[in-house]
Amino acid sequence: MLRVSLREISAALKEGQVTPTELCQRCLSFIKATKFLNAYITIAEETALKQAEESEERYRRGQILGDLDGIPVAVKDNFNTAGIETTCASNMLKGYIPPYNATVVQKLLDQGAVLLGKTNLDEFAMGSGSTDGIFGPVRNPWSYSRQYRDKCVQNSHPEKEDSNWLITGGSSGGSAAAVSSFTCFAALGSDTGGSTRNPAAHCGVVGLKPTYGLISRHGLIPLVNSMDVPGILTRCVDDAAIVLGVLAGHDPKDSTTVQDPFKSFELTCFTDASKLCIGIPKEYHAPGLSSETLALWSKAADLFENAGAKVIEVSLPHTRYSVVCYHVLCTSEVASNMARFDGLEYGHRSSMDKSTEVMYAATRREGFNDVVRGRILSGNYFLLKQNYENYFIKAQKVRRLIAKDFVNVFHSGIDVLLTPTTLSDTIPYVEFIKEDNRTRSAQDDIFTQAANMAGLPAITVPTALSEKGLPVGLQFIGRAFQEQQLLTVAKWFEKQVKFPMIQLQGIMDHGHTVSHHQKSAFFS
Amino acid sequence: MWALRFSRYIRGAPLGGGSHWAGLSLGSRFTQAASGRSDSRQEAAGDPRQRGLVYQNPTWQHVEQRPLPQKKVTVEVLDHLERLALVDFRDWEGVQRLEKAIQFADQLHAVNTEGVEPMDSVLEDRCLYLREDNITEGTCTEELLRNARETVEEYFIAPPGNIPLPKLEGRDTFLQVSE
Repeated sequence: MLRVSLREISAALKEGQVTPTELCQRCLSFIKATKFLNAYITIAEETALKQAEESEERYRRGQILGDLDGIPVAVKDNFNTAGIETTCASNMLKGYIPPYNATVVQKLLDQGAVLLGKTNLDEFAMGSGSTDGIFGPVRNPWSYSRQYRDKCVQNSHPEKEDSNWLITGGSSGGSAAAVSSFTCFAALGSDTGGSTRNPAAHCGVVGLKPTYGLISRHGLIPLVNSMDVPGILTRCVDDAAIVLGVLAGHDPKDSTTVQDPFKSFELTCFTDASKLCIGIPKEYHAPGLSSETLALWSKAADLFENAGAKVIEVSLPHTRYSVVCYHVLCTSEVASNMARFDGLEYGHRSSMDKSTEVMYAATRREGFNDVVRGRILSGNYFLLKQNYENYFIKAQKVRRLIAKDFVNVFHSGIDVLLTPTTLSDTIPYVEFIKEDNRTRSAQDDIFTQAANMAGLPAITVPTALSEKGLPVGLQFIGRAFQEQQLLTVAKWFEKQVKFPMIQLQGIMDHGHTVSHHQKSAFFS
Repeated sequence: MWALRFSRYIRGAPLGGGSHWAGLSLGSRFTQAASGRSDSRQEAAGDPRQRGLVYQNPTWQHVEQRPLPQKKVTVEVLDHLERLALVDFRDWEGVQRLEKAIQFADQLHAVNTEGVEPMDSVLEDRCLYLREDNITEGTCTEELLRNARETVEEYFIAPPGNIPLPKLEGRDTFLQVSE
């Protein structure tokens, strides 16, 4: 039952085939069963059950709040949630309980969604593997899938149960793993350089990065103010559209959200692709792209062409500088944003108190890990008076060039760009940690980063399984604020490729034994 | 080359798990290639460009990163950074991390940005609106104070201020060792 889409479960709830409390309990027990994935940091069991009961009451009275009423969701642990510990997977905020809800969390709760818990991430969302948080790395559910295990046996790789598991990608790895392993129906992530799309591609789920300015960032603990957006992870494109409809819109508490009214839409399936123009940016064939991903990308281009769409090669000449530019801007903004953590008003506080400066330094020394400290120091370097012009301003100029590349391409008649999301399918943890965080981020963000630079919407759709039996996703980048067009194309593509469902052997059976006792006609 | 690449897709089910792409007529295009019959695509195999399709080879390469000139990251700079950021390097690895970051960022200098204005925000051609200066919420003193470790009445307690961080010699930092 937990395998169905958001729309389907919503229909089931409306028809009374399952109650919100039942659904919530099932999700909670499934979370317990998948604890080894380490996808969740905090499980808000009591509040979730209470929300589920309230939802059930609303269903009984026939006064539901919307499509999300009673639906279990998860939220990345860098969104503030009132009364629920929010840590950003860092010692700096361990034990911090925010006094308010982030706007996006509030919007979900106002629609009646049931918040199951906070998901794991890289510390302060810095990283591309979800491996660097204080609560440990997140495991990719596909490590335990029949599809992967069977291929391992075929390729005579002795599958050591607990040592060769795969990473989820990052930094919203916990959210992606939670959605992929059926513990919730939708999850919130954040996307600064690809942090929603990267794990979505590696975990075989849909990851949507909306246009910058569409969804409020109030309550999202900021990393890079000019590029952060809340991201949406779901199992299918339709679900992403539903969640987007709830979250998008101007927020008076976030002055970087646009004032334009947002109309939520229902996705239709287009039948006539001839009016569609797909762009294939040639620079996205970057060094290191795996042959499998390349082949899938080619196949996807063929797919659109065969359906009658115009598929044109385009050029985004500054693509190769996108990651470097991001590196400078990100570290600079991080240096500024992390300055708020001084131990005085919230978070960890050191016991050294000879002076404020000593206390701040000691607090930050104790609270941040190497990655965060490294970025703060690099950022401060780039912002030094002698370096400001050469690095920070230069990076801002390069950013304009990158954004202009996209503007030029979209002006020439392209509707949507089609690119790979990641260089290859996911890799084992033991491989991933051989390189440091910065190197990995530089490698893994290569396709996803530019959309953040330009503030454009992008979505990754799981496309097919690799030879190892692992998911590979392809990315669509759309015009600013044209999420409807982007999602329509993505939905059509999703329908064509028919990505297979993950088969979690053993665990799913356990889930089924539980539900079997409850004789639900819909699910028999 | 082209034939080899795609004949793989006819043999097995490399796209795994029984998935197949309903809308795509796999048959005609790829079996042609597999059977070795020459067509414009096969001849084009030597030429990486394909009409409407993706390049078969990477279109750019990573640049070899030049090592930093010696004078760039001195102990003075490192000390300055530690004081500004109030975060310490902790060990040589921290310093190396910074050096690698600078090396990486140096690639930016290859871009010609003559006459280009810096971009602060992607929403630069829109107006930002600020709210009216009216109090709409507040009186949450207790809640806010709850998160602080040290408070007294309605105050956050801070150690004495206006005392600068000790100089390098007086601080507990690994940079002393490197001196």
